Amino acid sequence: MAAKNDLGRHGERLAADYLRSQGMTIIDRNWRCRRGEIDIIAEDGATLVVVEVKTRSSRSHGTALESVRPAKVARLRALAATWLAAQPQPYATVRVDVIALERFAGDYSLRHVRGVS
Amino acid sequence: MAVASTRSVALVGVTGSTVEVEADVGSGLAGMHLIGLPDTALSEARERVRSAMVNSHYAWPDARITVSLFPASLPKRGSQFDLAIAVAILGAAGLVPAQRVADMFFLGELGLDGRLRPVRGVLPSVLGAAGDGAATVVVPAANAAEAALVPGVRVVPVADLRRLVEWLRRGDPPPAVPAPASGPAVAPAPGSAVASASSLASGPASGPASGPGSSPAPGPASGSASGRASASAEASGPALQAVAGGPAPAARPDLDLSDVVGQPMARRALEVCAAGNHNLWMLGPPGTGKTLLAERLPTLLPDLELDHALEVTAIHSVAGVLPPNSPMVSRPPFVNPHHTASAAAVIGGGSTVVRPGAISLAHRGVLFMDEAPEFPRHVLDSLRQPLESGQVTVARSAGSVTFPARFILVLAANPCPCAQPQDQGESCHCSPTVRRRYLGRLSGPLLDRIDMKVTVARSSRRELLADRQFVESSRTVAQRVLLARERAAKRFAGTPWRTNAEIPSSSLHADYRPADAAMRPITSCLDSGTLSARGLDRVVRVAWTLADLAGKDRPDEDETSAALALWLGLTP
Repeated sequence: MAAKNDLGRHGERLAADYLRSQGMTIIDRNWRCRRGEIDIIAEDGATLVVVEVKTRSSRSHGTALESVRPAKVARLRALAATWLAAQPQPYATVRVDVIALERFAGDYSLRHVRGVS
Repeated sequence: MAVASTRSVALVGVTGSTVEVEADVGSGLAGMHLIGLPDTALSEARERVRSAMVNSHYAWPDARITVSLFPASLPKRGSQFDLAIAVAILGAAGLVPAQRVADMFFLGELGLDGRLRPVRGVLPSVLGAAGDGAATVVVPAANAAEAALVPGVRVVPVADLRRLVEWLRRGDPPPAVPAPASGPAVAPAPGSAVASASSLASGPASGPASGPGSSPAPGPASGSASGRASASAEASGPALQAVAGGPAPAARPDLDLSDVVGQPMARRALEVCAAGNHNLWMLGPPGTGKTLLAERLPTLLPDLELDHALEVTAIHSVAGVLPPNSPMVSRPPFVNPHHTASAAAVIGGGSTVVRPGAISLAHRGVLFMDEAPEFPRHVLDSLRQPLESGQVTVARSAGSVTFPARFILVLAANPCPCAQPQDQGESCHCSPTVRRRYLGRLSGPLLDRIDMKVTVARSSRRELLADRQFVESSRTVAQRVLLARERAAKRFAGTPWRTNAEIPSSSLHADYRPADAAMRPITSCLDSGTLSARGLDRVVRVAWTLADLAGKDRPDEDETSAALALWLGLTP
């Protein structure tokens, strides 16, 4: 259990570094509410980006990217709305991104899919 | 991330139309989306294609895959698009050269292990592809012989996805599947069966026995028989059936007209029937040989000509009743639906996929309805339009489909439910009302379309013995039938029809009107009201056939009188 959590946390850290390197600003990490959790909340210019980070240690159970299903994306949108409701300033655009990390030969491969629907 | 397209064929009835299959592997949430009016079986292609690719050791693109089937308005059904979808995805993912697959046609269902399974309707699909200018069509190995019947198309038989991909990558020319002989020689020779068996022993078709390069393995090119053996040997399933299978159902060599003793009149009627493709009704008590006679009608008919054979094969292919070991239906089919058959089974139908019915399976052959009055009345009456037009249009919510249905209708009936012979002095138990109602199921309009009506009576022992020296073998009669049909065909040179039954009414009166003297018995019947205008046409057509059988140039009064007698035959 601990190993799995470590993997996920490590992946999220890598993802946050990557987003920063892409010029985004991280606003919040692991924001939780009753209905779920948003891994990373970031700002990309004027756009609010809700990021789901998925990390897998191998492909034996499918790829990390395909494990994010449309239902999960819909849930993230609802969570984004909840988060926004508590914010003082409005955002013109809200986007849901997925960052898929896969461990391979001791290193990670990262894929960033912007604006999934 | 790119787009690739390839082509496949969608079937509507027995006509195929080209479907463009496009795949886009692009960014987005990973998943596969299939658009373009797919039905359930086609939507499941998603799972089959994915498993087949993964189990063939190709990486499934971890991206958003959109597959579009164009034109979107055409309803697409079934699993034969699997291969085209897989190839389009492979092309878009850069695993096979996209420009190489763009002009090819792909047909076939994928198994989860990547094996290519045979599909229905390959012949009409390949015909449709050829009509749209296809140069190369890739088909499942089990359908190769059927696909190869289409001239002018390079058919590439493939056993599994892996071999196909390797061939597409290498780009060397595929093996040519030999064109089949157009004659009846379609059953595999004993040699080919042995060849299939030995290749089976060497390992399963998808196994490693034949190296990676031998996908569409070129057979030892020594004559057409061995070439076909190699084509069929690529898929173990059908080859196995070819070894174990019995004779083709259409050809029944054990049947012969000389088996039926004691019915000279009915035998003669059968001969006329075969010579001119006329319809026949036999009425008589049980045990007099009605069924025996009808079953022997195909033995009097000549082999199908190539274009007719292709038509029939296409219908049988769509219906999925083509025997695996003989791709071409070269003998006239014989179809005898049971009297419990529904209208959809006889006429054709189905809620989503419209399938040909018994009348279309009997196209260019014989439709035999034994115990005709036992059929539901609406089934019998639905035969009326196809009997006139030679085709049937089935309308369903999915669209309307026209199937060809030009067949010889043979009806057999008992005179009443108890069917005691009247002439032997035994009493019939049926009341007049019951008798009338029984034969009344055969409606007047239907009987108006039956060219010949023959009463079959029970023969005495002496009659049976006497008739034994007059019976002729099917071979002898078929010879006369063939001569008569050749006479007719010569007369019809330059016209689309080949038998007397096909002459349209207008042409019958303009070009093929018998002399006035010969017409006299018919016109007097027309005047007295016993003959309808359609009945007149049918009598004249039979008269022409009788003249052909007699070797005359035109029917004279002998023929017209005989035809009239056959038309009136019996009065129910």
